Formats: sequence, C-alpha cells, structure tokens
Amino acid sequence: MKKLMYAFLMFTISLFSINAQGYQIGQTVEDFSLKNVDGKMISLKDYKDANGYIVIFTCNHCPYAIMYEQRIIDLHKKYAKQGYPVIAINPNDPDVVPDDSFEAMKKLSKKKKYPFAYVIDEGQQVYPKFGATKTPHVYLLDKNKVVKYIGAIDDNAQDIKAVKIKYVENAIASISAGTNPDPAVTKAIGCSIKKKS
Amino acid sequence: MVVLSVMPIQFLFYLFCLFNLQLTVFQNISRENITIVDTKTLFSLIDKQDDTLRVFNFWATWCKPCVQELPYFEELNRDQKNKKFILYLVSLDFKTSIDKKLKPFILKKKISSKVLLFDGGNPNDWIDRIDPNWSGSIPASLVSLNGKKIFEEGEFENLQSLNAFIKKIYK
Repeated sequence: MKKLMYAFLMFTISLFSINAQGYQIGQTVEDFSLKNVDGKMISLKDYKDANGYIVIFTCNHCPYAIMYEQRIIDLHKKYAKQGYPVIAINPNDPDVVPDDSFEAMKKLSKKKKYPFAYVIDEGQQVYPKFGATKTPHVYLLDKNKVVKYIGAIDDNAQDIKAVKIKYVENAIASISAGTNPDPAVTKAIGCSIKKKS
Repeated sequence: MVVLSVMPIQFLFYLFCLFNLQLTVFQNISRENITIVDTKTLFSLIDKQDDTLRVFNFWATWCKPCVQELPYFEELNRDQKNKKFILYLVSLDFKTSIDKKLKPFILKKKISSKVLLFDGGNPNDWIDRIDPNWSGSIPASLVSLNGKKIFEEGEFENLQSLNAFIKKIYK
C-alpha cells in the first residue's frame, strides 16, 4: 500500500512537472510530426539510424538565433554522420512575428543552405511539451528519445572566438561514451517564444 | 593701456573655459546614462541591505516585448520619483552595439531611467543567481528590498500589472 501511495505521488509529481516545465532530464520525448521547409512531414522515427537527436528550437528573426545560425549548421555537418542529426523547430506564431512565417523559413533555409530539417510548430503544440521558452533552446536526446541535455549550444553567443565551453558537443561526447552529460542543464539568454496574448 | 588690452583676452578665455566646462558636463550626463556593469557590481546592487526599493528590468533594444513594456517602467519611475526607489533598466544589448543601437534608442525614446549595460560573461554563471526559475528569456524583472527578492519572467501588459507585481515584495 505504501509503495502504491508512493508510486501515485511520484506519478502526480511527474504529471505536474510535465505540465509546469516540460520535459526534464531523463524523460522520454513523445514523437511529433511537423512540416519541414520542403513541405514533407518530419518525425523522429524518420531518422532510422540515429544514435540521438539534436532538437533545437530556433527561428529566423531573433538576434541570438541569427548569431547561432552557422554554429547550428556546423553542428549538423559534424554530427549527422555520427548519427546525431539537427532538427530545428521554429516555435513562434507567424501572426505575431511575420519574419518567422513558413515562407520566410523556406527563404532562410535556402539562403543558408540548411543541411538539416527546419520545421514549423504549426498550432504551437510541440514546444510547450518540451518546455522550450526561448530561441535558441537545445534538447539533446539519446537513441531512445530520452532527454540527456537541455540548454545552450555553448557559453558565448556574441563571440564565437571567445567560446570556452561547447556544451552540446561535450554532451554528445558523453552520450557516445555511455555517460550522462555534465552539465546536463545550462541557461542562456534568448528571445522569448512568441504566442498570441 | 596694457591692462585694458589684456582684459578682453582674459574675458574671452574665461568664456571659452566656461563653454568647455558646460560641454564636458553635458557629455558626462549623456554618457552617464549608460553604465557598463559586471556581475559583481550588478549583484552588489541587487543584494544591498537597505530600505530602498530597487527594480531591475532585464531588456534589450532587439527584444520587441521588452521595448513594448518600457513605457510602463518609465511611468513607474516618474511616479516613484521622490521615494526611496531606484529603477535599473538592465540592458542585455551586445557591447558592440552600444553606440550604434543602445544610445540612439535611449535618445529617440527619451528614456530617463537609469540604464545599465550588463556585461556578465557566460549567462549560465549568473542566470540562476538572479532567480533559479529564470529560463533566460527576456523580458524579465527582479525587485529587491532589504535582502528580499521577487522575480518574474515575461512582459507586463500595463502599469497596473507591473505595480501589482512590485507590491508582492511587501507580502
């Protein structure tokens, strides 16, 4: 009985935490189906040989997202062949930020020759499940879609030359080695995700 | 005769000095409007143990919702003018855009509140220290009074909601 009560308590707490803050480290992500800039629907299950997933909430308009554009491209180029593809999700409501419309996403993807999927969170149902609050906001998942790392790409948005810690790269190295990333969570400044008020 | 010819020169020199002095004072005022602060300085302000109410609004010129709520903070600052109150508009603009973006913005919008440009290094080292519930998205606001702190992430829709938030410090 005590065990049952405890299980119930934990279940309630976990429900609460999902609702309040989204996925935490160690939780399994529910797959999604979102429209890519090429018009095709993208899900995690489409990546058959993945050893993990670099899910990045990012967008067109945010100065922080812009500063990380090239670094996100480089991440995919370096890690997709190791089985860690980037999946970029634009969580913003285009009615609030016209620069983040699907058409604008297509243009940016073409201009920057994005080698990864750049999908739109139409209806804004996916980002709240993750608990994403800003752009860019990284969720690194392992092979089983378990969240292993949440936070920033590195420790210096403004000056790539002054970067000392590459959080995402270190986290991937940890997962590949079968250990848990440390730090598992980092914080950075970013643009708030835009929704209708 | 000699004295007379020297007089106007002295007078002109005096005028010249006065003019220069005014110029310097004026430049200092406009420069003083933005103070660059590091983590240590910012936290020394936040953690001050006195009866002055301090409000810190984290914003940037590139952040639309931040810019939208700035007039409420300006209004608040005017309302609280004669009280023990200091508002700090803590800009997270990039250091490289102080002259290009931040200064022109302050002039254009006629910002009269104190603007700090926060140059704090790796955000992962200080976001949790401001408040563990802060995800790092802006705008965000912090109120401190005699060691007590309250925090809120997100923008205020009007002056009333901003005032309601600040009053929570007295609870």
